[in-house]
Amino acid sequence: MMTARTALSRVNSKPWLWSFLAALMIWLATVIFTGGMGGGSLLSSALSFSAFFVIVGIGQMFVITTGPGNIDLSIPANIALSGAVGMKLMNEQADLIWLGVGAVVCLGVLLGCANYALIRVLRIPPIIATLSASFLLQSTAIAYGRSVRIQPPELFYNFCTGNVLGVPYLAISVVVLAVIMGYVLARTRYGRWAVAIGQNARAAELAGGRVGRVRFATYVLSAVFASLCGVLLAGFSGGASLSMGEEYLLASIAVVVIGGTSVGGGFSNVPGIWGAALFLYLLVSMLNTFGASAGVRLILTGLIIIAVITAVSGRSSARAV
Amino acid sequence: MNASTPIPLKATVARPARLNRARLLRGALPGVSLAVLLVVIFVMQPRAMSYMGMNLMFNLAVPIALATIAQMLIITVNDLDLSLGSFISFVACVCATVLNQHPLLGCLALVGCVAAYALLGALIHLRKLPSIVVTLGMSFIWMGGAILLLPAPGGTAPQWLQAIVRYKTPLLPFAIFVCIALALVVHLFLMRSTLGVVLRGAGGNPIAVAKAGWSLLRIKVSLYALAGTFGVLAGLFLVGLTTSADASIALRYTLLSIAGVILGGGEFVGGRVSPIGAVLGALTLVLAGSLLSFLHISPDWQIGAQGAILILVLALRAFVNRLEAQP
Repeated sequence: MMTARTALSRVNSKPWLWSFLAALMIWLATVIFTGGMGGGSLLSSALSFSAFFVIVGIGQMFVITTGPGNIDLSIPANIALSGAVGMKLMNEQADLIWLGVGAVVCLGVLLGCANYALIRVLRIPPIIATLSASFLLQSTAIAYGRSVRIQPPELFYNFCTGNVLGVPYLAISVVVLAVIMGYVLARTRYGRWAVAIGQNARAAELAGGRVGRVRFATYVLSAVFASLCGVLLAGFSGGASLSMGEEYLLASIAVVVIGGTSVGGGFSNVPGIWGAALFLYLLVSMLNTFGASAGVRLILTGLIIIAVITAVSGRSSARAV
Repeated sequence: MNASTPIPLKATVARPARLNRARLLRGALPGVSLAVLLVVIFVMQPRAMSYMGMNLMFNLAVPIALATIAQMLIITVNDLDLSLGSFISFVACVCATVLNQHPLLGCLALVGCVAAYALLGALIHLRKLPSIVVTLGMSFIWMGGAILLLPAPGGTAPQWLQAIVRYKTPLLPFAIFVCIALALVVHLFLMRSTLGVVLRGAGGNPIAVAKAGWSLLRIKVSLYALAGTFGVLAGLFLVGLTTSADASIALRYTLLSIAGVILGGGEFVGGRVSPIGAVLGALTLVLAGSLLSFLHISPDWQIGAQGAILILVLALRAFVNRLEAQP
């Protein structure tokens, strides 16, 4: 009796377990439906596609962590621009890969600085700051990327799409990244302050936290991750396209929330993002296997997001009290 | 004995003239930015001043203004609607298919849309859910519904609808009259009526409004239902103008409507909104797009110009606010 209860409370204290459990169940349902066919390759492609969601999801999670109202809407435009810039600089040459990736990371840092400058100087809510930045970015991406139809260098393409024993290189790298960022969130001074600011910015400030610096670092982090996602996505899909970032605005918020991070800030976890990303991808492919049309898939995805947030809200409010 | 003496009010009324001037300046900002844009356009291209030119420029302004008012009603209670664009797309698809073929069924579907918004408001209030996430989920649902109705662009708007939105008024284009009427009606309701004060109060100080005996649930449900109604109107107007629809016809309205509300002087918290400002903000965004074609700049930069104007106006407002803070 006692052990059952402690086991339950242990599960409750790790909200991210649910997203993995849900992902596992959906995978099992799909595999049972197909009679065991293609379970491995499904998992492999799920890992690949989820990796992109996870990269932007981690950045968005840190932003959301720093408190209510903090959200980065410039991610899709950033992805589109970074993909185009990366591909153009690499110019299909393997020895220019470092230049492309390096430039894209610098671009991310710049965009993060710009976002924070708007928030700070104009004293406008982050939603509006990142929104107006994204309008500008989107136009830049359209004007700059119109003629760009450059393929990624062979080596870069192989890294983005290749796998070892069915596990994509990309997924391995992003798992490592997630572990590092999980450590940053839970163990480093920056991560602890970010969580503290999300719980109560005023208290954190009085306790000596540098609210401005932490938020600044967070927006830069989010922008750099979105830029990285952009260049990797361009490598993965054989070239940058203007619309490739579109679904990442909703997806980046969805994976964070389904992963068990509190939307109000102050309670976050990194593993849940992986679980949620796998869950979302596997859900869509399960509905595909069942023969559902695009419309039905979207409706079910929406219903599940609402169901998850409704179920989760009871728990987080109980914890906040 | 001292307890009964009223606490002296200190220095709260200092420099009323300067304060008023700052407030006046801030209130005039949306109108001034729109006027400046108009003047620039008229100077660049005097022919735009004609009935025809105005008609072209403001052609698509009404749906955006209606969407902005819908978003503003949600922002009044400190929420945010990320599903508005896909909702309007869905309504447009309903109009171009069901409403055209089976008018009664179509009307029922549109009433159902408003009811869905009311339910959404109730769900968000009762479960204390973050509106951003719930409307995010709803945006998938509306988009899915729109794709089910119209998998490929097409459909036809009902003839009567096309006739209404193309109505020709004397002197100024119909769109301008609609925008003025919209701004005034919503202003009178939200800013001047008793009910409007209560609705805005629910955003400013919900506890006080609840203690005064108003049901926060009913307030939120009615604001969401009203927002749904304006969303439906936006969809109707849009599809009347474009005559056919597709599932992604109005997706960009989500972000445009938020930008319009903020441009018009609204704030995210505290029930501080301005209907007239919101309509002016929407018109400013519409004009920002057409300004470029007058300047012979590639339409690639249309969205960028809207972003730049947003930043510019917000910078001006920050400047005015600082003026107010440092007498």
